[in-house]
Amino acid sequence: MGYEILGLPLIYYLAMLGKVIVVFLFVLLTVAYATYAERKIIGHMQVRLGPMETAWHGLLQPIADGLKLFFKEEIIPSQASKLVFLLSPFIALVPAFIAFAVIPFGDTIEIAGYKIPLQIAAYYDTAAGKVIDVNVGVLYILAMAGMGVYGIVLAGWSSNNKYSLLGGLRSAAQVISYELAASFALVAVFMLSESLSLQKIVADQAGVFGWYVWKQPLAFILFCICSVAETNRTPFDLPEAENELVAGFGTEYSSMKYAMFFMAEYANMVTVSAVAATFFLGGWQGPTPWPILNFVAKVYFFMFCFIWIRATYPRYRYDQLMRLGWKVFLPLALLNIVVTGIVVTLFK
Amino acid sequence: MLGAYLPILLLVVISICFGLGALVLSSFVGPKKPSKVKLQPYECGCEPVGSARERFSIKFYLIAMLFILFDIEAVFLYPWSILFKKLGMFGLAEMGVFIAILLVGYIYIWKKGALEWE
Amino acid sequence: MLESLFFLIVAAVAVLSGILVITCKNPINSALSLILTFFCVATFYVMLEAPFMAAVQVIVYAGAIMVLIVFVIMLLNIKTETDKRTSHAVLISSIIGLFVLFETIYFLNRSSLTGSKGLMDSAMIKSVGHTEIIGKALFTDFLLPFEITSLLLLVAIVGAVVVSKRKI
Repeated sequence: MGYEILGLPLIYYLAMLGKVIVVFLFVLLTVAYATYAERKIIGHMQVRLGPMETAWHGLLQPIADGLKLFFKEEIIPSQASKLVFLLSPFIALVPAFIAFAVIPFGDTIEIAGYKIPLQIAAYYDTAAGKVIDVNVGVLYILAMAGMGVYGIVLAGWSSNNKYSLLGGLRSAAQVISYELAASFALVAVFMLSESLSLQKIVADQAGVFGWYVWKQPLAFILFCICSVAETNRTPFDLPEAENELVAGFGTEYSSMKYAMFFMAEYANMVTVSAVAATFFLGGWQGPTPWPILNFVAKVYFFMFCFIWIRATYPRYRYDQLMRLGWKVFLPLALLNIVVTGIVVTLFK
Repeated sequence: MLGAYLPILLLVVISICFGLGALVLSSFVGPKKPSKVKLQPYECGCEPVGSARERFSIKFYLIAMLFILFDIEAVFLYPWSILFKKLGMFGLAEMGVFIAILLVGYIYIWKKGALEWE
Repeated sequence: MLESLFFLIVAAVAVLSGILVITCKNPINSALSLILTFFCVATFYVMLEAPFMAAVQVIVYAGAIMVLIVFVIMLLNIKTETDKRTSHAVLISSIIGLFVLFETIYFLNRSSLTGSKGLMDSAMIKSVGHTEIIGKALFTDFLLPFEITSLLLLVAIVGAVVVSKRKI
């Protein structure tokens, strides 16, 4: 323990490496099996069986899909802007994966006398005697959500395809509109927690009845609907409305680059599910005494809802979608902030 | 301080390496049979007409513009939201004025039909 | 030691991407370089223990303003820049550039590089929190500028609608 780099003990670096790799693999595996779960669940909801051929009940389907995409030909259209065309899958994928860094997925554990908080971007400061995390964690998530837009809009532009460009633009306008409503909805939560640090927000929600969903039901509903729109999922999957735009911004993408957009979409789903679980359902707190299990179960619950919604609702029209975002959600979120402010100040 | 941010850097590096690795490896193993038709933009089988980079609706521009303005409002709300209990009535009043002024702008864009997608 | 090495790397990327913003032929590539520059600046804010500023830098500049710029580049369909730069422009810009350079050197010589120490040191930021400090200053000492900001935003909202709507 005596050895230190940059004033941090060696075990800090080991813990960091361990946490990063475990979380990265967790997100990757969840992304892979979310595609399987989606096909299987929607299959059963429509009285079909879904994938059945690869292994027992098609359990190896995501791996087969991944391998298939891996061995496909890489096509770059001759009129595309090559650099931007190659760059945009990365711009979509990287923010989707790194947004997870500030989300606490368990309580602080102790290994060899060194306390390790189960949150990637955090460490235990022995001198101060407390966990130090990114104290603007919430803003970090919002910033990363904003970065994903570029992947989509640049993919659409660089393909030099009319469908791609329209899909990319529509998607970007949709994502930024709903991002706005989502961030206004979240402000109401910060007003209760009085902090932007996710450690503090989770710590405040001890016990099932301490969850913010009971105190901020409107913000919860608004945030959930906005996250469906932000991740471009049905019923708001206008960018890839296949009867209008072929495959939207992804029309010209093939092989691994297509897979990267696909992974980015599902990784975004995992992240917003984790954010919703952390802000409104207490993160790793309650109902069972096992923090990691609580967290994972809540994330999977939201993922299931995403799939369930896809199986249930038809697609919105684009003008309805924009009207809903700007004329219903935005004022409702603002109203929620004002009401929360007045109620909290009067009945402190 | 740095300790909280170092892991984010590591995660960025890992995800870039993951994407890059997958992309490079697959470009080696995949077949390569380019043809003129295959490299054309896909337009449901028709010959592509003109360039795709045409000028498009100004609505998108307006949405982006309004997004910036309301995003800045949100940025002011973040520090206020974590302090308003300490600021008490005074804090509520000042943010009330702030939101009220912006509400005028919001009603204006609503009445002007800037939020209609025709 | 490692920290200053990291700083130098990020600074080099910031300068390089800054140069790319003005030398790229394609406006979209320029915009992308500018986003990279903003990220480097955000990294500096984090290293200066100002995480709120870093987040705002990314959310507002890299996330919102650059989206608008990218939209405008696409909207106007600006082609790759092919015009030859005229010698007048080079002359005028080099004069301005030299002027700014002299100004910078003058002010760097006059003041100490580390700056004067204020109330907000590392320990205070750690105990109170960066966002709280900014918020407290904004909502008590700088109340008037804060309220005026809302008027400014209101004017901008009206301006955006007037510019983009054909008939009002």
